[in-house]
Amino acid sequence: MNASMDPTPALGAASLTGISAQQRQALYAAHIAGKFPDELGRYGPFGGRYVPETLIPAHERLEAGVKRWLRDPEFQAELQRELLQWAGRPTALSHAPKLSQRWGAEVWLKREDLAHTGAHKINNAIGQALLARRLGAKRIVAETGAGQHGVASAAACARVGLPCTVYMGAIDMERQAPNVGRMRLLGAKVVSVTSGDQTLRAAIDEAMRDWVANPDGTYYLLGSAVGAHPYPYLVRELQLVIGREARTQFQQQAGALPDVIVACVGGGSNAIGLFHPFIGDPSVAILGIEAGGIGMGLGENAAPLSSGRPGVLHGSYSMLLHDNDGQIQETQSISAGLDYPGVGPEHSLLLATGRVTYEAANDDEALDAVRECCSCEGILPALESAHALAGARRWAATHPGKKILIGLSGRGDKDMPTLQRTLIAQLAAEQS
Amino acid sequence: MLPRERIAAALRGATPQGEPGLVAFITAGYPQRKKFREHLSAVSAAADVVEIGVPFTDPMADGMTIQRSSREALRQGVNLQWILDELGAIKDRNTPLLLMSYLNPLLTYGYERLAAAALAAGVCGFIVPDLPLDESAALSAALDVHGLALVQMVTPVTPLERLARLCAASQGFVYAVTMTGTTGKSVAVPDEVITYLERVRSKASVPVCAGFGIRSREQVLRLRGHVDGVIVGSALVELLERNESPQAWLRALRHDTV
Repeated sequence: MNASMDPTPALGAASLTGISAQQRQALYAAHIAGKFPDELGRYGPFGGRYVPETLIPAHERLEAGVKRWLRDPEFQAELQRELLQWAGRPTALSHAPKLSQRWGAEVWLKREDLAHTGAHKINNAIGQALLARRLGAKRIVAETGAGQHGVASAAACARVGLPCTVYMGAIDMERQAPNVGRMRLLGAKVVSVTSGDQTLRAAIDEAMRDWVANPDGTYYLLGSAVGAHPYPYLVRELQLVIGREARTQFQQQAGALPDVIVACVGGGSNAIGLFHPFIGDPSVAILGIEAGGIGMGLGENAAPLSSGRPGVLHGSYSMLLHDNDGQIQETQSISAGLDYPGVGPEHSLLLATGRVTYEAANDDEALDAVRECCSCEGILPALESAHALAGARRWAATHPGKKILIGLSGRGDKDMPTLQRTLIAQLAAEQS
Repeated sequence: MLPRERIAAALRGATPQGEPGLVAFITAGYPQRKKFREHLSAVSAAADVVEIGVPFTDPMADGMTIQRSSREALRQGVNLQWILDELGAIKDRNTPLLLMSYLNPLLTYGYERLAAAALAAGVCGFIVPDLPLDESAALSAALDVHGLALVQMVTPVTPLERLARLCAASQGFVYAVTMTGTTGKSVAVPDEVITYLERVRSKASVPVCAGFGIRSREQVLRLRGHVDGVIVGSALVELLERNESPQAWLRALRHDTV
């Protein structure tokens, strides 16, 4: 048995969660049995609903709306039609022959980069936009880090006919400039956030302030599996399509289940979408890769599962990067989409039970992976997704000959300003 | 008298000529950390209850002023332990004090340790804007041991059934948020707000204080008779930023003649 499929492995990073070894087996069994989230929106001890009183009625309405519509055949038919005819699903599962050869493994890529607007974010955005319309919303607000969720939200809002305001940190607007233009072209109003750390976390703060001011007609289209209940559940359900498709495709194309599945983890929506359908498969190891930034010290990365402690931010109790006073730490990552101090509560549970192993890949490893994937497979991965490639490559080095499924969560076109300064500058120097 | 009962008593005893009680908010250690006790003492002299803001990096229910004051206080090294130490050193404790904090600093400090330390520092209770009643059992239990209040907030969009539960659970006073939005933006007080405040009052057994966006004598006059107290925060913080005396302004809010 592989260590990561044993529900009670040796205490490693999981000990950071404060869950005792005795509790872990029971939590793991309950998770497999589909007991989470429970009625209070908890995943074991994680999750919950820590929001200002002004937003409680809006969350209760959303929870009721999710219960009413998510499994409704009419809603599901509408969603499936949009995923098929508009969002470009199902996305391909591509064998990666050159990466396989280089790594000494059998490498497969789940191609969310081929989804409409260039990343998995569209699965969630169109689902929530359709739900918002059913719930009678007059306008949508969203936050964005890399801009992928902002672009997906802008596109989905245009599709369903709702006005959209996207909050984006001023720093992210600079490093993901192509996406800012795309959002505006798609009809969204983009608001530059200059408060706080001027990245994703400040954008969420600002989107929540907008929602606090307009709790009645406004729908908050949250982009990751974070936030207060029911968001982590709703986003997971809308992203499960990644893992469900991949599981079937892998069995058809590779003739078996993968030995390991790997995804990058920021807030963790593409990861939970890929992982969840495999959690009950004991032969499949699961590996989540966080942003290691420039080092593992506080403030040098965006890896709460690898180096954080539990705390409360943006509505849920989960692993978090905060100091001894409970102040949230600034984060660092070359990838705007992973540059966030918190993570979805279900990932904290998966860490605590030991079902998923979480590691970090640093900025340089991610850049190397971009270059390798481009030249070997003709695919420009997003910097976020490159973290998964880097983690998978490391895993392959100690597990030769295994079948590896990697969630390629998005494409890297939006990273051109960053790549221009780094990889492309290097290439130009090498070629001159 | 339990600490939490001191809050209600101070508000109830404060209303000669029908004027509302006055709850004043300042961010701890802002604008200058070394002047905290001086500012606190000046504000305490003119207010019936003082809320001390524990700065937090992500104050999502607050507007620009409190965001600015929180950031600067953190920059000057203010933290919960420093605040408790400063309060513990104060001799004159006539005006009941509340700590207003987002949850994570309290959670990180540890609830039981926090309750004991708060009691020792002369704190009477807590307001935690991102801790709704549904999630408050653990903190509430720890505070109860020492008779400390956990104040609940209600808002104009709170459904009636929930409003009744919040009013029943609230200790010290009920914090009636006057508008949907963040702190600091000045608001008119339309008739619906008065109706809403009367509804809160009919459900509450502790005093009802109105807060968010209160900056002027005109607003206080509008609220007079409909609430037991008014809460001023951003406007007072801005006054301290301008280095003006808080006492005259606070007294003018309700025409105190002292």
